[in-house]
Amino acid sequence: MSPRSELKDPQREIARFRGRLAFGAGFILLLSIVLAGRFFYVQITEHAHYSTMAENNRITIVPIVPNRGLILDRNGVVLARNYSAYTLEITPSKVHNLGATIAALGRIVEISPRDRALFDKLRDESHAFQSIPIRTHLNEVEVARLAVNLYRFPGVQIKARMFRDYPLGDLAVHAVGYVGRINDSDLKRLTAQGELSNYQGTQYIGKTGIEQSYERQLHGRTGYEEVETNAVGRPVRTLSRTPPVSGDNLYLGLDARMQEIADQAFGNNRGALVAIDPHTGGILAFVSRPGYNPNLFVDGIDTVDWNALNDSPDHPLEDRVIQGLFPPGSTFKPFMAMAGLELHVITPQFQIHDPGYFQLPGQSHRYRDWKKGGHGIVDVHKAIIVSCDTFFYTLAHMMGIQNIHDFVSKFGFGSRTGIDIEGELPGLLASPTWKWKRFHQPWYPGETVITGIGQGYTLVTPMQLAYAVAMLADNGTAYRPHLVQAIQNGKTDRIKTVVPIITRDEHFDPAYEALIRDAMIHVNLPGGTAPIAWHGCPYPVAGKTGTAQLIDIGQGQNYNASKLNARLRDNGVYIAYAPADDPKIAAAAVVQNAGEGGDVAAPIVRKIFDYYLLGKVPPPPPPPATAKESPHG
Amino acid sequence: MVKRMLLRLARPLDGFLLTLLAAVMVIGLFVLYSASEQDPAKVLAQVVNIGIALAAMWAVANVRPEHLLRIAVPLYILGVVLLIAVAGVGQVSHGARRWLHFGFVRLQPSELMKIALPLVLAWYFERHSARLKLRHFALALVLLLIPVGLIAKEPDLGTALLIFASGFYVIFLAGISSRILLGALAATVAAMPLLWSHLHNYQRQRILTLINPSLDPLGTGYHTIQSTIAVGSGGIFGKGWLHASQSHLGFLPESTTDFIFAVFAEEFGLIGNIVLLALFLLITARGLVIAADARSLATRLLAGGITLTFFTYAFVNMGMVSGILPVVGVPLPLVSYGGTAMLTILLGFGILMSIQTHKKLVKG
Repeated sequence: MSPRSELKDPQREIARFRGRLAFGAGFILLLSIVLAGRFFYVQITEHAHYSTMAENNRITIVPIVPNRGLILDRNGVVLARNYSAYTLEITPSKVHNLGATIAALGRIVEISPRDRALFDKLRDESHAFQSIPIRTHLNEVEVARLAVNLYRFPGVQIKARMFRDYPLGDLAVHAVGYVGRINDSDLKRLTAQGELSNYQGTQYIGKTGIEQSYERQLHGRTGYEEVETNAVGRPVRTLSRTPPVSGDNLYLGLDARMQEIADQAFGNNRGALVAIDPHTGGILAFVSRPGYNPNLFVDGIDTVDWNALNDSPDHPLEDRVIQGLFPPGSTFKPFMAMAGLELHVITPQFQIHDPGYFQLPGQSHRYRDWKKGGHGIVDVHKAIIVSCDTFFYTLAHMMGIQNIHDFVSKFGFGSRTGIDIEGELPGLLASPTWKWKRFHQPWYPGETVITGIGQGYTLVTPMQLAYAVAMLADNGTAYRPHLVQAIQNGKTDRIKTVVPIITRDEHFDPAYEALIRDAMIHVNLPGGTAPIAWHGCPYPVAGKTGTAQLIDIGQGQNYNASKLNARLRDNGVYIAYAPADDPKIAAAAVVQNAGEGGDVAAPIVRKIFDYYLLGKVPPPPPPPATAKESPHG
Repeated sequence: MVKRMLLRLARPLDGFLLTLLAAVMVIGLFVLYSASEQDPAKVLAQVVNIGIALAAMWAVANVRPEHLLRIAVPLYILGVVLLIAVAGVGQVSHGARRWLHFGFVRLQPSELMKIALPLVLAWYFERHSARLKLRHFALALVLLLIPVGLIAKEPDLGTALLIFASGFYVIFLAGISSRILLGALAATVAAMPLLWSHLHNYQRQRILTLINPSLDPLGTGYHTIQSTIAVGSGGIFGKGWLHASQSHLGFLPESTTDFIFAVFAEEFGLIGNIVLLALFLLITARGLVIAADARSLATRLLAGGITLTFFTYAFVNMGMVSGILPVVGVPLPLVSYGGTAMLTILLGFGILMSIQTHKKLVKG
């Protein structure tokens, strides 16, 4: 190429441009011919065909909504089911005077102010062309009365709809979750997943818990009918039918009876309990108190109920098992002990003399033991049994915060356990790096000291505690916690058991494991911190109590001072597994603002273990004069 | 006196183009009246939309092209920033984030890009017109792919492809070597299987549904089936104005916006379709003549790009409604109900008119 050709040459440039333009014009002509050809084909060649489809046989595609899968407990007790009921529905875009129409309908069947309020709320959330219920659960008489009058109300229809029902009310509500009407963000997600057409005709979608995380399995495949309609749109005959495929039934590892026992044991206390099978990660009990009635959400919750739940200082909607963040308190100590031994910071023989406090070298501040005067000579074994603070202050100081953080992370603290429902929080395992990022402050040695007894920044969920203690029970192996134990295919009815997934596999020294196990067994014997709760227990139990000073995370601000004081009382925490020599169940429990873990949390765990291992059902609770019963009875 | 004032007002306008545009818009209003179930309020709202858009067109036509090019870069940057903002805080509608709320105004930044992208590319090529090399084309491609990528992520694949087309036309007209073009085409064809494996499930579904609409009769296939029935049942002469039974019985989705052409085709038949297609072709031809006569590289590219893009929109919409292209959310230019699309289309024609009427003043 000569250098001249690179220089600007207007004539050549214009010629080139016009050439390209001509090419573009040719392209457009080609597209036009394609389009005209298509018009010719559709409107002349195939005109008769389309004309028939349009004029004589208008074919409508009617979706057939599949039955949503059931949710059952391990024994087949139904936790979520469906039933069919008639609803009276209005399509606002087809109604001229909505107020008058509703008033007129109100003279035929009863429409309560609550129905009306709910309708208005749903209308705000829906498109005008969507059909919205003004009355649900019509009885036969009401249906008959409406049917003869319906011709007067264009845009008003009676429909048979499937409803979701939770027969046991608030039992395991945080695990099971609830369904609600499909909203815009659900639509967006369904579009992204390419599932939108599968939801034609479907009104509900899982919003929380298993209903949400297993939506894909529970929903099933929508079928459809090709219906021939006459000129005014009335169905004439069905041309073809593709049946829907029901959703899968889900069997949980939970036991409804055991849930009930735990609910009763909590009484009026707030808190959480979670029990898992240490050999599979299967969740055996999942309790967050207080609960709420999921049935309120199914048709769209009204404002009064919603405000009552949402503004309650007891936070019933919060799933404390995976979202409640608590300081672990002394339940942290067995994990600290394993860290100290495994990292060879201490040996099993290592001893300290506990005067009742710990001091950092060169500082006067005393970190006090819970026992005035101290525990005397203490080794790691005794330190776990008597929950000696001074020993773990010393150990934490010797290890340093980075070592603590790095080792204790192996038990899953500070990260999500991967449970099969959404919304799990990772908790917090503090480190100097974290503190710098968060507060732009250096780490102080004193903060390391209190980390040793599970105070300070450390926050865990009950789920994490149970996961970690199950790992201790199963010699360092941890499984992904899962609520769903088996899935029954909606088409073939075949049941497939969920395969356990190992998520952590640490190889701890068996001698250290034995030492910690033995100490945890002694925690529940005379001389330990939880002997009363386990008095007369026929199987060996390994446990650890904790009593955590409270940083009440996530609590609202709008309650009065007297309540506030009560809510700053200590949380009782307890972790355990049993039988200690052949663990079948591991659990963690937190009882909020109720005192020491050995007194309040251990007795609840005992009731669960007794039921699970011995089949023992506790006597019915005292009459409501002394304690409020759980609402589902 | 009045006559002179009117003449002065009309000076920056291109009479031939304006007549054609007006013809299509009037047809559009009639179809809208039918498609909206004879709702005068909707037609009135569209008249207001057209009025605003015409005023904007007139204003732009008054501005000399070189001044328009001066705002190319800020406009482009604004567009990209808004697209990023949409990803962050945009309002979700029909399952995609496309809108930004500014108090009472709702803005769809991808619409802004339809103007800003050809403008910035024309400006860029003009700047380097002395010696256009491969690297300039490469950088132009980057300028093109930034907004396209952002829009594709919204996710709005249809609009992303059309914006890509609008930029591509400018690059093509700027004279990118045909060898490179053919090479890229060959590479794309070769990469098809790979691309297929990277598509979302729903995107594959759309393509499969296009080939066989009965695969998904509850979803996108439904739209295609119903709109094709509407078009086909129109026949040669159509069923007559206000007699489109398919759309009036509620078989058609979005009958006033993306699928309005189905109503038109059902009521006016093949004859109507050919007339409308001819009008679109005449508008396009006029635009190409303006481009061929333009005096600077930038104005040539801009005029050519805008014109080709306009026709592409019309083609894609009519192709989608008559069932030869996948269902992408693209309105029929000058006919579909909606203010934003009307505004951007007429702004584009305002630029064309500005190029045409100011050309005597531009130094050759």
